[in-house]
Amino acid sequence: MIRGVMGRKLGMGTFFAPSGRCFGVTQVRVGPCYVTQIKTKHRDGYNALQIGFEEGKKLSQPEMGHLKHVGKRLKVLCEFRCDDPEEAELGQEILVDMFKPGDKISVKGVSKGKGFAGGVKRYHFRGGPKTHGQSDRQRAPGSIGGTTYPGKVFKGKKMAGHMGSREVTIGGTEVVGVDPEKNLLLLKGGVPGAPGSMVILRKEK
Amino acid sequence: MEQILGGKTDIPDVHPGDTVKVNLKVKEGNREYTQSFQGLVIKLRKGKSFTVRRVAYGVGVERTFPFHSPLIQGVEVLKRAKVRRAKLYYLRGLSEKKIKKHLK
Repeated sequence: MIRGVMGRKLGMGTFFAPSGRCFGVTQVRVGPCYVTQIKTKHRDGYNALQIGFEEGKKLSQPEMGHLKHVGKRLKVLCEFRCDDPEEAELGQEILVDMFKPGDKISVKGVSKGKGFAGGVKRYHFRGGPKTHGQSDRQRAPGSIGGTTYPGKVFKGKKMAGHMGSREVTIGGTEVVGVDPEKNLLLLKGGVPGAPGSMVILRKEK
Repeated sequence: MEQILGGKTDIPDVHPGDTVKVNLKVKEGNREYTQSFQGLVIKLRKGKSFTVRRVAYGVGVERTFPFHSPLIQGVEVLKRAKVRRAKLYYLRGLSEKKIKKHLK
């Protein structure tokens, strides 16, 4: 059974449940995805399916050779562990109907880049006081360590620095709706990344 | 963004100053029936929601209805009035008689 698939985040909207409750949802276009390689315990040491996503890339000769049996120039390859890889076929298309409303999935994406961010934004530091004779302290990080002892700033001290633009996985996201005709998926709440960015959807066990 | 959100296409033509009757689906246990809420539209968020105010037993009640809510079965516009504000919050404290003066 195929466990995961790739897609693109389209944007967010509001969804109304039949009960009248409304909540924010993210729309994801799933695929087109194809099985590009079948890995078995016997041959590769573990069971997995390699999935390719989105056509249209100029590929190198070795990459073309790898995708020869699929017949598609796929941009992105990704592997998903599974228990019964023999059931899948090379080149088999993976459709959005592998999900159904109510499923819990995990979503991996690259979060929006925030640039060089201060401690208040990056680690939710409280900053300094506004008043009582303070100046230039409102978003300052405060003390970063001792004095002669230990005589250094400890490694891993939370400070200002680059934020965002890293891989983020969120778990327990509920599938709200599936549109097999348009290959669209509705997920409850937000998912990491900007609209148009790639996300990896994985079924939770 | 492509729509599979299941939103409604027949959005009622409601404006601030309108007197409207909103028919709502209410579920109480196993019983399902239609309840109406009648009052004055004092706030409109285009394409999103509108707020209806009425005075019930001397208590002001404001309910905000999302246009796309499946619980709304229909909106009847009973009366139209010309108002000079987009949001009619200033009517909140006023008596019926004074409100009438502001609605033309």
